[in-house]
Amino acid sequence: MTEMAITASGLRKAYQDKVVLDGIDLQVPAGTIFSLLGPNGAGKTTVVNVLTTLLKADGGTVRVAGYDIATETKRVRSAIGVTGQFAAVDELLTGEENLQLMVDLSGAKDGKRVVADLLERFELTGSAKKPASTYSGGMRRKLDLAMTLVGHPRIIFLDEPTTGLDPRSRRTMWAIIRDLVADGVTIFLTTQYLEEADQLADRIAVLDQGRLVAQGTADELKRRIPGTHVRLRFATVAELDAAARVLTDSTRDEEALTLRVPGDGGSKSLRVLLDRLDEYALGAEELSVHTPDLDDVFFALTGHTTEVAAK
Amino acid sequence: MSTKSHATVMLRRNFKHIARNPTSVFNAVLMPIVIMLMFVYMLGDAFDVGVDYVDYATPGLMLLAVCYGLGGTATSVNSDMTKGIINRFKVMDVSRGAVLTGHVVASVLTNVIAIAALVGVAFLLGFSPSAGFLDWLGVVGMILLLAFAAGWFTVALGLAAKSPETAGMGAVPLVMLPFFSSAIVPAEKMGPGIREFAEYQPFTPIIETVRGLLTGTPSTGYAIAAIAWCAGIAVIGYVWARAKFTKRA
Repeated sequence: MTEMAITASGLRKAYQDKVVLDGIDLQVPAGTIFSLLGPNGAGKTTVVNVLTTLLKADGGTVRVAGYDIATETKRVRSAIGVTGQFAAVDELLTGEENLQLMVDLSGAKDGKRVVADLLERFELTGSAKKPASTYSGGMRRKLDLAMTLVGHPRIIFLDEPTTGLDPRSRRTMWAIIRDLVADGVTIFLTTQYLEEADQLADRIAVLDQGRLVAQGTADELKRRIPGTHVRLRFATVAELDAAARVLTDSTRDEEALTLRVPGDGGSKSLRVLLDRLDEYALGAEELSVHTPDLDDVFFALTGHTTEVAAK
Repeated sequence: MSTKSHATVMLRRNFKHIARNPTSVFNAVLMPIVIMLMFVYMLGDAFDVGVDYVDYATPGLMLLAVCYGLGGTATSVNSDMTKGIINRFKVMDVSRGAVLTGHVVASVLTNVIAIAALVGVAFLLGFSPSAGFLDWLGVVGMILLLAFAAGWFTVALGLAAKSPETAGMGAVPLVMLPFFSSAIVPAEKMGPGIREFAEYQPFTPIIETVRGLLTGTPSTGYAIAAIAWCAGIAVIGYVWARAKFTKRA
């Protein structure tokens, strides 16, 4: 049996009468990336705060690195590293001083070299002597993560590590996360981006209003949600009807006058589709290609969109 | 690693903050001096307080200097809290003692620097206290006690506030309180309502204690009230800060 880095069962948390976590069960095998996917307000940060001993749960049991978070808090803390949702760097200190602060607090040996290595690894050496307040968003996140790594944690929690980053910084962050796992570290990652979970995670759990609505590998989840499709919008019901008769594998939406045709969105399949419409002298008002996003996942799994969930 | 060395690391960090944030140093050190010059030069001659105005006002301005330093403390504690730095320390098992004490000690030391500067300027303006060595020790003790008590209270305020801006606002009443005490003019010269408030609020006995010590006529009654107020504020601040630190994630 594989060793479990994190196990939680029946996790519950409420603020006054508002239930935030309503019985969460999850298992994260050591050395893997686990992603908790959900919109704003789903309870992702609360899960992280409970698992990292920052918040006490109202009910349920959690073991992290084999230790009970309620009774062996200190042992849990020494095994984990946390990078929160907002880069928790000291803006008045330089990048180097921020790392040195972590070295001083963790009692890590050979501090100077640890700091120099981390600066090098995260490509921050050039800005090491500048105050963190002058760093870009991407640099701050990197510094934040570097600070987390000072104590060599075996389990790392990353709460929305790429929210607000530009695409390039996001990719850099992904590469760093993959490297960490290659070294045997376990990653618990929250995200609101389906693509991110898809790219990184071995297993994904979808959180909605304090409950896990689905769990599995990215492929398992995708099988449960609508795939890439082309959406055609017509001017009249008559045209919609005619097109629906021709494109037999499509799904129609009477109200929006749209037809959803499964397809990969590639130029060849699009041409086939358009040729077929031409053949019957049919013209769509509008054509768009849709790839499944978090909205689709949510719609498929919960029957409502992320917008509703966020309220 | 022991709590003591954690506390040292935290304190060093807080000092770097003070040194690199000129605005907070300006507020803490220069503002009280500006206010002193304003009152003593511009307004002082208009007040009839029975003694040389600089002698009357200096004790009150010393307290005002303590209060002006507090705004910066509240803001910096709050930004640690809201920016996730305190959470980071908590996960690293840095004790709340080390984190919070670091802020309190930094706050007290800022106050000490501000007051030393203020008293220096007061002497230049002709301040001539008749206090003996023991009286001066009493003054230092009283000021330190107030700075310590107000420091803990302000740290709690900073932890409880939603944002650095509201934390700064939260400290404003503390800055205003000395004006409604016997700091600038004697309470009995104020209008009804404010006079009673001024007589019974915590700063008046503290100021009167310091004033008594500096004129060489210490008052035991005021001193007991002053120490009781400080002890009460310190305990409330300490308990509140501890609770907020543990609870808020």
